[in-house]
Order: sequence, then C-alpha cells, then structure tokens
Amino acid sequence: MIIAVLIKHVPDTASVLTISDDGKSLTLNGIKFVMNPYDEFAVEEAILLRERLGGEVVAVCAGPPESKETIRTALAMGVNSGVLISGTEQLAGRGLSMALAAGLATLSPDVIFAGKQAVDSDGSQISERVAELMGIPHASCITRFELKDGKAEVIREVEGGHYHLSFELPALFTTQKGINTPRYPTLPNIMKAKRATIKELSLSDLQIEPALLESELLVERLAPARRERRRQLIAGEPLAQVQKLYRSLQEEDKVL
Amino acid sequence: MSILVILEQRGNLKICGLEAASASRKVAEASGMTLNALYLGRAFDENPSVLAGLGISTLYAYENEDLHYYSNERYVHILCELARELEAKVIVCPATAVGKELCASAAARLQIELAQDCVALDWNETLKAVKPIYAGKVISDVSFSKLPGLVSLRPNTAAIERRGEDLPAIVRRDMPLIPARSTILEVAEAMSGYVDLTEAKIIVAGGRGIGGPENWPVLQDLCEALGAALGASRAAVDAGWIDASHQVGQTGKVVCPDLYIACGISGAIQHLAGMRTAKIIVAINRDPEAPIFQFCDYGIVGDLLEIVPKLAGEIRNRRTN
Repeated sequence: MIIAVLIKHVPDTASVLTISDDGKSLTLNGIKFVMNPYDEFAVEEAILLRERLGGEVVAVCAGPPESKETIRTALAMGVNSGVLISGTEQLAGRGLSMALAAGLATLSPDVIFAGKQAVDSDGSQISERVAELMGIPHASCITRFELKDGKAEVIREVEGGHYHLSFELPALFTTQKGINTPRYPTLPNIMKAKRATIKELSLSDLQIEPALLESELLVERLAPARRERRRQLIAGEPLAQVQKLYRSLQEEDKVL
Repeated sequence: MSILVILEQRGNLKICGLEAASASRKVAEASGMTLNALYLGRAFDENPSVLAGLGISTLYAYENEDLHYYSNERYVHILCELARELEAKVIVCPATAVGKELCASAAARLQIELAQDCVALDWNETLKAVKPIYAGKVISDVSFSKLPGLVSLRPNTAAIERRGEDLPAIVRRDMPLIPARSTILEVAEAMSGYVDLTEAKIIVAGGRGIGGPENWPVLQDLCEALGAALGASRAAVDAGWIDASHQVGQTGKVVCPDLYIACGISGAIQHLAGMRTAKIIVAINRDPEAPIFQFCDYGIVGDLLEIVPKLAGEIRNRRTN
C-alpha cells in the first residue's frame, strides 16, 4: 500500500509577523518555521496505517528549498521518503493544487492524508482540490480513520454533529485534532532523516498548462488585525461587578 | 451574468446562508448582476417569507431525499452544472465545514480561484474580498483578476438585510443523482437547541483557570442562561478536561460571536487567534497579569467560580423581570 501525506512548511504559530514595505507580503526572515500543526496528525495517521498494513509512506511538500526541513521532520517521525515540489511560491490555490496533484499522480497512492488547513494561508482548499483533480473522493476534517474490507471508514465532523462515511480507495482525507496524538521524532530517525535524499520535482517536470498556473487571485493589501479593545476593568464586590457588566453588555453594546 | 449563492440547509435553511445572500446582494447591485440561489435537500417546503426581501431572483431547488445529507460528489456535480448553466460569474457559499469543502471541490472542477472563509465581499470592477490569514493575525484584501470566482463567507460576519417583501421565483428540479464512491453509514445530529461554536452569537469558554473538569457545569449553566455555546482553550483540551471539538484557537475553531466570555483563560496568542474577531470580549480571571486582560473589552479580576454563577443569576433575574 502506498500512503501519501501532504505537508507544508509554515511559520510557527507563536510568530510575530511583520508586513513588508510593499504592503502586500510578510517579512519572514528570522522567523521559526515548523511543520503545519494539522499535518502532524496526517503524518501520524499515515504511519499508523503503514504499521497496521505495511507499505510505504511518502511525504509530499510544495514550497521553497527550506521546506526540506519539514520533510526531514516527517522522515524523523517515520515516513519512508520525501518529495519536494519547488518553484510554487507564486501560485494561488488553482496552480498549487495542480502542481501537487501532478506530483502525487507519479506515486499512484492508495490513500492520501493531509492536514485540514495550513495555518499560514488558512486556505482550506488545496487538499480537496487535489482530490478533485486526481478524480478521487475525499472527506475533510476527519477525527477517525479505519480500513475495513478494503474500504476506508471515517468520522467527519460538521457543525453540531458528525458523519460516519465509507469510501472506496483511492481516497484523500484531511485530518484534524482529535484523530490521534502525533509522535515525537526518535533520535535514530532524526539521524537517518538528516542523511536521507529528498527527491525534487520542479514545476516544469510536471507539465501543467501554463495558463492554469497563473494566479487569478491577487493580494492588494495586507494589514495587521489590530483591534483596540476597551480593556475596562470592573472593580467592586462580585454582585456589583456582574450587575455593571450586564448593564454595559445590554445597554451600551447591545449584545444581550 | 449572474451571482449564485448556496443556501445551506440542515432540515431548515441555515442563518449563514441568508447572511451570504445578503452579502451577495450588495455585490449584485454594485455589478448589475442578477442574484440566484441554490438549495439542495428534501422537497423545499419552508415558508417562502424566509427568503423575502433578500433580492434573490430565482431559487433553484434540487429536491431529492438523498440530498438531505451532504454528499460531496453529488453536491459538487449539481453546483457546477448549475453554475455553468447560469453562467455564474460569482459563486458565494457560507464557510461552514460542509460549505468550505464544497467550494474547494467546485473551484477545482471549474478551474477557478477560491477565497475561503472571507469576512467581507465587495465589487469594484471585479470581485473583492477580505480574508483573514495566519489565524486572523493578518487581514488580506484580495481581488479576482478573472471571473468566475468563488468565495466562502464566514458565518456571523454579514447582517441579514431585507428590503421589501419580494419573493424569489422557485424552480424545482428533481433529477436522477450521480452514483457516489462514498456512502453515508450514519449521521449523528446534535440535539435540538444545540448551538455550534462557529455559528454561535454568544460563547462562554473555559481554560485551565476553571480548576478542573468538575467545574464545567458552572460554565454550562451560564451557557444555558445565555443560549450560548461552550468553548475551551487548548490547555483545557490537552489536559483531557473536554473534547477537542470545543477548542477555540489556532488548532481548534475560529469563532466570530457577538459576545465571548473567557473564563480562566490566560490568553495565549494561539487562543486569541481563534476569537479575536468577536465583537465584545469579556475576561474573568483570577490573575490580574493574565494577557487576556490586554485583549478584552471588560475584565473582572476574581474567582470565576463565584463570578460566573452570579452572572448567570443576574441574567435570569433580568429576563424574568
């Protein structure tokens, strides 16, 4: 069984972000990058599946050369090999998903896992697009995965409930918190990961129609989400405090 | 040339679909396009007044018992067919769990771009949208250089505005469904009256400061008094005090309520990322140095086990008087 896992190299979630002078991009120098947190669940689920059924786990990542660090993290967690698709930095959702789908097609995976979204662009679309482009079914935001009689049974969360679904393979699933507890890399795996060769594919290797790689979604301006809060401390005895709070919420803010 | 908005249903039409219709109407007016809507589900039998004054010209209702529950393959097929038939230039969908997945699949099939989970839409020669990135730490103004374009709109970000009482024409369609490669084994639906975090107008959330899982009933009682949903910080989830589906923040849910009451939550940057767009934030915490007090509208320094029940009592008193 070939299990592919899509991963992304993203700024650590605790990073303080600075907007560049052009107002359209971020200054990412000096920021610590990590594997996208949701992708850790995907890597773990892929390894768990291999441990049960055998086979091979391949991590696929699109991004700048530094993304190899995140591929090495996946190798240190236990995936068998990694592929970097380079030259994708300027692509929007359409182009990036086409590049990944073309890269994945060379692997003919039986199952693909990915994190439910990347915490930088918050796009929540690349994996689902990849499934559509590859012509395979998928489910997003799963919290349980099981293989039964050659079919994948998953629990997929929706607002206020969940679906229990069964899928023919190949299929793609995006994972979220609750599905598993990602393992830490082991020292021998970290050493092995350092020496591993990472396969590289460039956009031109993938033969995608150039017009479809063109981004049609332009960033006009980035702004920090600064919202001044009133920071009004309510002092006094507890009963007086809650009465004052209630009045403010009801009369001034009209949220009650 | 038209705009197509998807009205999500869960038995009844969901509020977020009506919000998306209202936001779409503004785009329709500014661009001179017609606004149409898509419904997928059982026979559409709602009182049409729910759609009055929303500026929807025609509602296309795809009625089939097997469309009651979301099927990605079937929904995407119908959405893309209708978008092509109507030559839709703009497609708008609520950014719910189902809506986001549907948008991503449809964008791939139609080979167009998608701006997911936007908080505002606009039209100025082309479609524009405001999209939070980096868990809301940065706000990105985006524009589509070519149309059609697809956007999903975060629940609770647009008001439902009705003008007049005009009703849409309803075109009912009952067609054979395509076969699907996935089957629904079971659907677990929440009890009636359940409010989901991402659609809740009021959220009461607890963190490590609540002391332990035995104190959730204190917060749940306030939820009940307010008709609020219960949220939790990552610390509370990781401690095993509550299920991960309640987590608000970077690895949990991003929420946008009118009122967010943070109880015993210190205010880590990853938590703020999940609730920073709340209209009003109240913090109740024993530690006056907690970072949450720098990011709230009202703060009460004190023991939440004393404050929260008093607040619930005050709300019940006022409402009965």
